[in-house]
Amino acid sequence: MNDQPVNLVIIEDEKPIRHFLASALASEDWTVHEAETGKQGLITVATRKPDMVILDLGLPDTSGIEVIKQLREWTDIPILVLSARTQEHQKVEALDAGADDYLTKPFGVAECLARIRVLLRRRQRGSAAAEQTFRLGDIRVDLVNRLVYKAEEEVHLTPIEYRLLGTLIRNAGKVITHRELLLAVWGPSYSEHNQYLRVYMGHLRQKLEDNPATPRYIVTETGVGYRLLEG
Amino acid sequence: MTDNRPDPDALLEELKQDEIDARRGRLKIFFGACAGVGKTYAMLSAARLKQQEGVKVLVGVVETHGRKETEAQLDGLELLPRKQVAYKGHSLAEFDIDQALARAPELILIDEFAHSNVPGSRHVKRWQDVEELLAAGIDVYTTLNVQHLESLNDVVGQITGIVVRETLPDHVFDQADEVSLVDLPPDELLSRLAAGKVYIAHQAERAVKNFFRKGNLLALRELALRRTADRVDAQMRAYRADQSIRPVWHARERLLICVGDGPGTEKLIRAGKRLANSLDADWIAVFVETPALQKLSEAQRARIMKGLKLAQELGAETTVLGGTHLAATLLAYARTRNVSKLVVGRSTRGRLSRIWRRSLLEDIARHSGDVDVYVVSHEENQHDSGAPDTFNSLLFGEAAHQRKHGYIAAALSCLLATGVSSLLDPYFSLVNVVMIYLLAVVLVAVRFGRGPGVLASFLSVAVFDYFFVPPRMSLSVSDTQYLLTFGIMLAVALIISQLTARLRFEASIATYRERRTRALYDLGRELAGALTAAQIIETTISRLEPLFNARLAVFTPDSKDSLQLSSELVAGSDTGVAQWVYDNQQPAGLGTQTLPSNVLLYLPLKAPMRTRGVLAVLPEKMDKVFLPEQQRLLETCAAQIALALERVHYVEVAQDALVAMESERLRNSVLSVVSHDLRTPLTTLVGLSSLLAEGNVSSEQRQDIANSIQDESLRMNNLVTNLLDMARLQSGVKLQKEWQMLDEAVGSAVRAANRSLSGHALSIRLPPDLPVLEYDAVLIERVLVNLLENAAKYTPAGSHIALEAKRDGGKVVVCVSDDGPGLPDMQGQKLFDKFTRGNSESSTPGVGLGLAICRSIIEAHGGVISADNRLPHGAVFSFTLPAGASPALPQEEEFDA
Repeated sequence: MNDQPVNLVIIEDEKPIRHFLASALASEDWTVHEAETGKQGLITVATRKPDMVILDLGLPDTSGIEVIKQLREWTDIPILVLSARTQEHQKVEALDAGADDYLTKPFGVAECLARIRVLLRRRQRGSAAAEQTFRLGDIRVDLVNRLVYKAEEEVHLTPIEYRLLGTLIRNAGKVITHRELLLAVWGPSYSEHNQYLRVYMGHLRQKLEDNPATPRYIVTETGVGYRLLEG
Repeated sequence: MTDNRPDPDALLEELKQDEIDARRGRLKIFFGACAGVGKTYAMLSAARLKQQEGVKVLVGVVETHGRKETEAQLDGLELLPRKQVAYKGHSLAEFDIDQALARAPELILIDEFAHSNVPGSRHVKRWQDVEELLAAGIDVYTTLNVQHLESLNDVVGQITGIVVRETLPDHVFDQADEVSLVDLPPDELLSRLAAGKVYIAHQAERAVKNFFRKGNLLALRELALRRTADRVDAQMRAYRADQSIRPVWHARERLLICVGDGPGTEKLIRAGKRLANSLDADWIAVFVETPALQKLSEAQRARIMKGLKLAQELGAETTVLGGTHLAATLLAYARTRNVSKLVVGRSTRGRLSRIWRRSLLEDIARHSGDVDVYVVSHEENQHDSGAPDTFNSLLFGEAAHQRKHGYIAAALSCLLATGVSSLLDPYFSLVNVVMIYLLAVVLVAVRFGRGPGVLASFLSVAVFDYFFVPPRMSLSVSDTQYLLTFGIMLAVALIISQLTARLRFEASIATYRERRTRALYDLGRELAGALTAAQIIETTISRLEPLFNARLAVFTPDSKDSLQLSSELVAGSDTGVAQWVYDNQQPAGLGTQTLPSNVLLYLPLKAPMRTRGVLAVLPEKMDKVFLPEQQRLLETCAAQIALALERVHYVEVAQDALVAMESERLRNSVLSVVSHDLRTPLTTLVGLSSLLAEGNVSSEQRQDIANSIQDESLRMNNLVTNLLDMARLQSGVKLQKEWQMLDEAVGSAVRAANRSLSGHALSIRLPPDLPVLEYDAVLIERVLVNLLENAAKYTPAGSHIALEAKRDGGKVVVCVSDDGPGLPDMQGQKLFDKFTRGNSESSTPGVGLGLAICRSIIEAHGGVISADNRLPHGAVFSFTLPAGASPALPQEEEFDA
């Protein structure tokens, strides 16, 4: 972590949730600013210039998606979205609109803090020079030479599989939607060909996971996309 | 002693009648021999007494005719203002029935019971207004003169020479609750008249003076007294029957009156009524619809209808019978109805019809057996325009133009026969030449019917005589032998033409009947197939409009019993009239006694349980609807429609009841869930958090408490999620299907159920060759999570849980099995019903929604879910997903740069 104090804005209309989040974050010595409505939130973000925004999708005045779009017009600070389980399409919409990750209610403090840390770290890392190797469990990826090793044994990946893995690594720890992956790997003309993604993801898991049915590294965020777990 | 026992059916009928009577108002008639005896006065005095007793009395209509004493009696009684009805430029004051009903008095006074209302009023007759008042529970006092009684109408006419047009059906009189005779000896009446106490309008003075002769008054008084005595006698007998005084059950006499088309029909019916009265017998008036009906003139048809209507008004049961042979049909019906006496008319009309009549009488007499036959003679002076018309139509059944063609053809064929005969004459004898003519006659009769046939017969004889019988070219006959030839030739020709014409005629009648039967059959079949009221109405209109050559509208009641038009609007249809018909269950409008000025006929659609609506008919041609046989057809159709509507109604009721039962069960289940299954974790949460708030707990305890709080909360979250999912699935969720590997759903499901599965050993076996499946990832994950959590919940810690999948033909089977205690003894699929739990009193938390959700999801995917026990112990839940044809998959681009 860096010495500068971390600054956060919570936009959430439910007082108990805001309260519980604020006290959880305050215990990490982070500064928390609260906003009750979308409008208030936009103003707070503009004035406080936070390192990150936690945004509830169900706001009384404007829709959370609208808030994301307005924020993205002028800032690229990480946005963590809070939503209910039955709103998969909303999550995807929010992510495609520019949110960075999401948390499903109800959630625990540990889960929430982990997500925030991932997003904060990515922001800092983004400014640092690209790393040369990526390690995850018994997997090592030589990003310079495009070589992948599992348990120190080279794994042969096809170019597409490698591009897929590369995209996941660049977004490690954060959810990435089907659409984003398709765009990054196959290009814009394939953005609707979900089955391509599924098949190659299956191949990738077969090659990297010990047990592809219960993956440890590349997990499925059902109805949303995939997440490469860190650590 | 069964002999003394009253007839149970009669008792039941009486009980029913008593019930109806209790609701109905009571009718009291002040009955007198003629005007001026003091009926109105008596009625008003009786009403004043009632008012003193505190009864709310309203004077509906009272005609005082300027009599002072009577007017004085009106004093202090509330008067209902008359309604002004415009008729032919005049404004006439008429009884206002709507106001009377609205004021709802306990007793209403209505003078002159037999009065005919101004055309345009709701009912034709005042007694119908009274019926409606009685039905509304209002008591009615009214007045009536003996000459207005329908059955005595002609007798009074004969005595006094004045025929009264305003008549009252006898059954109305007979059904009155009380009849009070107002009697005044003729001498006294005459002296009152002389003293000017009975006011007589100036113009009518002479006619009235003729009427008020002592002889007339005596006769009228006798009639009135006797009619009242008859009623008292009937009451006495009814009383005795009520009190079981009469030990023997008398077989009731039943009279059958054969209504004909002759002008004496009315007289026949009145005579029948009197006979029935004197015998205290039920009576039935029938019209037999024979093929001959087709040939009747308009006037005759009208007479038949009028006759039947009159009979109905006089209290007869009326029926139209169908049959080819009048006497046989009549007697067969008489036997089925236990008729003891048959009444037929004897006409003194034209010769042709007399021949026919006589044979009918003889026919009946020959076959009547134990049925007595009464013959009522018709008066000759009652001849009217119907007779020549009858003759024409008897003789010439065809349409006019075709008739003309027939006669021309008859003449031509005789000419032709003559031509052929003249060719043959040199070679054949005259006996054979005759055959040519006979052939011509037969052909004409077959083609053109009776009339041309007869003409051809006569022409043939004449021509044959003229051209071939010596001396030729003369009508005189030299050899008398030929007279026999002529005679036989004419007879044979006539008989043949008669027979062939009849054959032809009967064939056409058969076709006509067949068409009607087919129409009914088609209607019945289509109605039986109809599933909704709208379909029934559509069928009704499309089938019946061409059949009756009329425009039809159907009204059906809404939930508040107010009628709505359910079909296309027909010009002139009136919802108000339809509503009246529906409420009173009686036809109204065109051709009926109620609102006859309306252009439509309104028929109630009466079903066994209740009236289901109203059928409105706008006829384009009157006789298409108002012929007796068409009326019968229309009534049959209406009954069929009503039955179909009732059937559909009860199907709906049954479905509603099922739905209501199901939603009631669901509601109860939801309530019990909310009250019990939500409150339990809440109680735990409140308790635990208050424990934490106390502060004096060790850090280990705190950890424990926090864990418990989290467990309980997650359990509650599960429950709420399940309830929400169920609601969402029930309201019809749209599947977000995508082609994907099953591994994905399995992986995320195992991760989601991880917490529940922590105490169990899970093994997953997914063969690598599983096809790509098309499914909604979120929902299938939900199924897997529910099955896995169930397995964990209902098995002891440490049990093995296995998740397997395999391809099976066109589908993929996924099983979640355990080695726990297995399922309780329960029907496989019942387990998947909402709010059903294996053991309802189980302490294991849950509401029985998980499996119901699974089933909904799997069925939405076109799969099947089932549960079973496995050996030696344990349960297995398996579901299938259709494999389908997977989409084109990308080729591995091995050497892509």
